[in-house]
Amino acid sequence: MSVIYLLLAISICVAIVFFIAFIISVKSGQYDDSYTPSVRMLFEDELVKKAPEKKSEPIQLNKSLNN
Amino acid sequence: MSTTNCYHCGEDCANTPIDFDDKSFCCNGCKTVYEIFSTNNLSYYYDIQSAAGATPKIVEGKYDFLASESIVEKLTEFNDGAMQIVNLYIPHIHCSSCIWVLENLNKINPAVSNSQVDFPKKTVRITYASDITSLKDIVLLLAHIGYEPYISLDDYDQKKKSVNRSLLYKLGIAGFAFGNVMFLSFPEYFDLASNKTNGGEYWLNEYEGVFRWLMFTFSLPVVFYAGKDYFISAFKGLRSKILNIDVPIALGILVLFVRSTLEIIFDWGPGFFDSLTGLVFFLLLGKFFQQKTYSFLSFERDYKSYFPIAVTRILSNGKEETTQIYTIERGDRLLIRNEELIPVDGILINGNAKIDYSFVTGESEPVYKTSGDKIFAGGKQLNGAIEMDALKTVSQSYLTQLWSNAVFQEDKSSKFQTLTDSIGKRFTIFVLSVAFLSAGFWIYFDSSKALNVFTAVLIIACPCAIALASPFTLGNMLRIFGRKKFYLKDTQTIEQLAQIDTAIFDKTGTITTSKKSVATYEGMQLTEEEESLLKNTLRASNHPLSRILYDLLSEQNIETLDEFEEHIGKGIEGTLKDSRIKVGSANFVGKNQTEASESTAVHISTNEIYKGCFVFKNEYREGISELFNAMSKTIQLAILSGDNEGEKQRLEQLLPKLTPLYFNQKPSDKLQFIKSLQEQGKKVMMVGDGLNDAGALAQSNVGIAISENVNIFSPACDGILDATRFTELFSYIVASKKAIKIIKWSFILSLAYNVVGLYFAVTGQLEPVIAAILMPLSSVSVVAFTTVATNLLGKKLK
Repeated sequence: MSVIYLLLAISICVAIVFFIAFIISVKSGQYDDSYTPSVRMLFEDELVKKAPEKKSEPIQLNKSLNN
Repeated sequence: MSTTNCYHCGEDCANTPIDFDDKSFCCNGCKTVYEIFSTNNLSYYYDIQSAAGATPKIVEGKYDFLASESIVEKLTEFNDGAMQIVNLYIPHIHCSSCIWVLENLNKINPAVSNSQVDFPKKTVRITYASDITSLKDIVLLLAHIGYEPYISLDDYDQKKKSVNRSLLYKLGIAGFAFGNVMFLSFPEYFDLASNKTNGGEYWLNEYEGVFRWLMFTFSLPVVFYAGKDYFISAFKGLRSKILNIDVPIALGILVLFVRSTLEIIFDWGPGFFDSLTGLVFFLLLGKFFQQKTYSFLSFERDYKSYFPIAVTRILSNGKEETTQIYTIERGDRLLIRNEELIPVDGILINGNAKIDYSFVTGESEPVYKTSGDKIFAGGKQLNGAIEMDALKTVSQSYLTQLWSNAVFQEDKSSKFQTLTDSIGKRFTIFVLSVAFLSAGFWIYFDSSKALNVFTAVLIIACPCAIALASPFTLGNMLRIFGRKKFYLKDTQTIEQLAQIDTAIFDKTGTITTSKKSVATYEGMQLTEEEESLLKNTLRASNHPLSRILYDLLSEQNIETLDEFEEHIGKGIEGTLKDSRIKVGSANFVGKNQTEASESTAVHISTNEIYKGCFVFKNEYREGISELFNAMSKTIQLAILSGDNEGEKQRLEQLLPKLTPLYFNQKPSDKLQFIKSLQEQGKKVMMVGDGLNDAGALAQSNVGIAISENVNIFSPACDGILDATRFTELFSYIVASKKAIKIIKWSFILSLAYNVVGLYFAVTGQLEPVIAAILMPLSSVSVVAFTTVATNLLGKKLK
């Protein structure tokens, strides 16, 4: 039955690993700004797509929106 | 006629669009930004969000002070000679295009190695190689692409702020411990009443000790780190002889911990570690929810946020030097460039001053001064460069000396007793008496149970739900108000707002708009021909007043003028056939201005004969009459104005009868006025807008600043109200009162739970599992009740 010590130790170790990960992420400022990253992560993909076909259609779209 | 909108900023291009690259621009500035972006492969900017840009306004020499080593040292976050990191506040940041272009600055300037935008704060943190480029270059680059950073004296004084993340850590620790302790309590939950002696499940009993001591270990950081604020606050309260809500909370935590520890030491039972960690976790969650901050707004601004870091001083040998503004002394000759702020009171020596005092008074129309006139700190020069002699130092100027008043050093919040605290006091007395009475009863009947009952009462009566009611109700109200463009500093302000019985309003800029769209003509009747000429002359001018007047005049045939000339800062001149018209300031059209006129006027003369003038009136905000009438039923009103009595009659018509009106009030008079009202026991709300109201805003119980543009300007206050929502002010006050009612109802709800819990406690039947069910249940239902109730309240608000 002493396997329960092992199981407890494993479960607590896993919990502590996540806890440390949380502390590190707070410390590095990841929780300071919870909005900008949500916008930023959308940019990269668009950039790659954009490279070959520069100045595409959206310009027309903008004009019709403004009028 | 369809209008063309600028491809860069979206403004109406008016009569003269600039075409470039198949796109229209309203001005050369916007075109230049487009050129910069497209040559640097950044035209994606326009794809993310159309017309997101701002017209760059670059003033030559404005950032010369950034060349000074000592100023750069103060502004940068990190500086090791080769690399510098600076955090700049950019008010224009407003969409994803902004984030994208600012984070791609290195495409324009390769010396920038990293730039990161914090959107809620509207700041960008730029890392750059300072041996290749300089802070001045970076700032100029930003200004050239329409993202001019806002650098003020406040940035210079600021100690490098460290972010306070302790609540997040505490919440993390409490949550971590709560989850694990719950998990470790499972054996106890499944095997409730058994132990080794009466033959319970073997392996549950065998390892009982291990589970219990593990729970004890997990609860240590919760009690001594996560919960320490409650002990500190309770101790402080007791020392100043106040029973605040934290006293029963701290008592509850302490008793829970001590009793549970004793229980496991002497093997009496499993203890209440699950309830203990859960309690602290929920309490911290409430705190976290209450802590809604509008990080892009600042409620603690003083004049420093508006004053520049440095100005140009002209030395006696005629040379110019950039000097930090604290070093300005009486008698110094200063050069104030176009768009620069006047840092000290002084005498105008040279140049034509056109000074915008809107920071100070809220009055948007600039005033004209000629050499020899006294000019005051806080005004912004709008018309070329001027020279002035300083009469005072920065801190002694008419405006800035207001901040030496003691009211700015006080912390308003410490004086106010919140509803939770006042209830907490009665609650603590009640709980302690129940605990002692029932313990006394059990000593008489069964003394072995006395201590058990005493601690059980303190545990179950721990006012977790009461302590949560207020943060969740008010925190949610704060968010609802925020969505309605009414930004409050903290939840306490809502409680204060609910108690208001007197409301004082500033006039200019608060109940009047800065827009001027009403003008009356005074003077000789204009002939039809003259009117047509006037309209056609105005058509050619881009001056804001010309455009307003143009829109006001009746439709005329469009004729091309034979001659047109614009004299900047004076007026315009137009000729058609043999008639000639001059429109502009009194001196320009040839009228000797005798009396100093307070109102804005456009004078007209034809063929050198003075005809008359259009007088622009302050326009009152729409619906203020209704607002004041509704408010006057429950709240005492008064108007405090820094202006003269010129508008008295119009105000009397608009306001409810017998509303007191006070004119010619200096900033310090306003402060004193509020103070005297408070001494009569009134709860005063001050509604103002300019820096001249700052004293009154700080002195009042609730200071609300009205702001046309929430991002840019507001003096120190408790709340900022978007000017478009001004007429809703009263409904917001009513909503705050209702929010307080919601809190009272949830107190009743949580008391009901407490009564049930107390029944178990007093009769000595409190099992850990009952506590573990009752505590979260009461908390969750109170939170659910307040959330639903406040959301219903919010729906009714416009």
